[in-house]
Amino acid sequence: MPELQEVTVDDLKHLVSDRAIKGETMLLNMGPQHPSTHGVLRLLLELDGEIVLNCIPDVGYLHTGVEKNMEAKTYQKAEVMTDRLDYMNNMGNNLSYVMAVEKLVDLDVPPRAQALRVILTELQRIASHLVWLGTSALDLAAMSMFLYCFREREDILDIFELVSGQRMMTTYFRPGGVWRDVPVEFEAAVRNFIKIFPKRIDEYEALLTKNPLFMDRTLGIGKLSGEDALQYGATGPILRASGVNWDLRKNRPYTGYEQYDFEIPVRTEGDVYARYLVRVEEMRQALRIVEQALDKLPMGPVRSDNRKFVPPPRSEIGVSMEALIHHFKLWTEGFPAPKASIYSAVESPRGELGVYLEGDGGPKPYRVHWRTPSFDNMQVMPIMVKGLLVADLVAVIGSVDIVLGDIDR
Amino acid sequence: MNKKLEPIVQALQKEFDAQLEEFRDEVHLFIVPERLVAALTVLRDKHHFELLSTLSAVDYWPQENPRFHVIYQLTSVSKNLLLQLRVPVSGTAPVLPTVTGVYQNANWRERELWDMFGIKCEGHPDLRRILMPYDWQGHPLRKDYPLGYEEPQFTFNFDEIDLRKPYAKE
Repeated sequence: MPELQEVTVDDLKHLVSDRAIKGETMLLNMGPQHPSTHGVLRLLLELDGEIVLNCIPDVGYLHTGVEKNMEAKTYQKAEVMTDRLDYMNNMGNNLSYVMAVEKLVDLDVPPRAQALRVILTELQRIASHLVWLGTSALDLAAMSMFLYCFREREDILDIFELVSGQRMMTTYFRPGGVWRDVPVEFEAAVRNFIKIFPKRIDEYEALLTKNPLFMDRTLGIGKLSGEDALQYGATGPILRASGVNWDLRKNRPYTGYEQYDFEIPVRTEGDVYARYLVRVEEMRQALRIVEQALDKLPMGPVRSDNRKFVPPPRSEIGVSMEALIHHFKLWTEGFPAPKASIYSAVESPRGELGVYLEGDGGPKPYRVHWRTPSFDNMQVMPIMVKGLLVADLVAVIGSVDIVLGDIDR
Repeated sequence: MNKKLEPIVQALQKEFDAQLEEFRDEVHLFIVPERLVAALTVLRDKHHFELLSTLSAVDYWPQENPRFHVIYQLTSVSKNLLLQLRVPVSGTAPVLPTVTGVYQNANWRERELWDMFGIKCEGHPDLRRILMPYDWQGHPLRKDYPLGYEEPQFTFNFDEIDLRKPYAKE
């Protein structure tokens, strides 16, 4: 076993100022175990008293080698790893991956499956924003928000359990459709959520939007211009709060988003408060999409009947030799994909979630690369926090809405 | 190909000698490493590709020259376009010029490139490992790097393997 090396001050000299080396300013570790870094994130702060002069994020504590692992699994089996990337956006990760596979092998998806995908990813967006709202308000000492938000998130996770049997690691979307049709209770559960949730958003807004303490902590904090956001690769609500109207659901519609009527909230202030307003409005818009998709939910199959890629239903296996052969081939060998590469991106609650997928003619992906939004959103954070107080840094981390599983992959 | 993308691709083919490849409406342009920074600067300033969506690589080991394709996935937010630049890199001396001067977010992506593939970006302001521990040996996403399994311990070789295991002992 090789000897462990120690990191010396020399290794970090190029990152901090001369004053830190001389001992005039203080270098302080925040994390990796810290309640308001939302996971195992380590920030190296250079402080002059309470003022943050420099912030150097250190990521990788949650690296699980998903990209490498996926290369060793067939296309179907690799999907279960996608849930574990961004654990607040399981349905969205499934969607980006199955869309990439479908694009690579050129597979059609029936309309009912498309509509179900939209409903569930939008519910997931709401659930993800609820976790963000609860935890970032908790960082600003609004304890009750956390309890309210998790109460509503529970309803959404119950719906996920209803359709997939799992609350979080759903793997419900499959290449060519969804795992199976939703149960009869599904519609009533979603309708019930649509009925109660607008009032609940009003409650959250009553607690925070005009709350002077909340506004004190967020207005004008963590400013970011639209040009900087693009230059540093920030996407999602951060980009839209900085005045750039860019949402893949509108700009490059996928999975039938063009059929639904919804608006993209954009603010120009680019501070923590603007990001809060954008996300709260996004929850309302997501609910509108869910309602429209549920109203228009077409009947019909939920999986493609292309048996070369999609396993046959259980009922056919007992009576059809063909079906048995397909079932056997698909679950032992998998399906082959062409020797080519594609890039497919969806709008996750945090921004552009892209998959670069390359096949080599065999049943396993040759290379999978995840363009995860938090990775780039995290890079932009240091320029937002320069000159702020340490307490404001906590507000900014909350507003970036990072998920460490998404950064480290 | 998208109508709006055609003139841009033609200009790049003429100016930078780029090779075009298409698959499912996606445009890939192959370009040599020496002209990469100039091409990206032109794409950003003249053709409005403001966002570097992602930067990564593919390893084609055991093929040696080129062993890697480094991928620059660009997005034009104002014109709603997608373009992919691919840069072949040799396996014997995998070195590229850094593009952090053109797109700031290439900083961490190039660190990841070094960490995972061992491709060095010359002129990078802070080239350290990013995801793996700083004292890690090797570059995990290379194809000649094994996925790694634990040795199974049986009664007859339990102690022998236990001695080699890297956990803390008394």
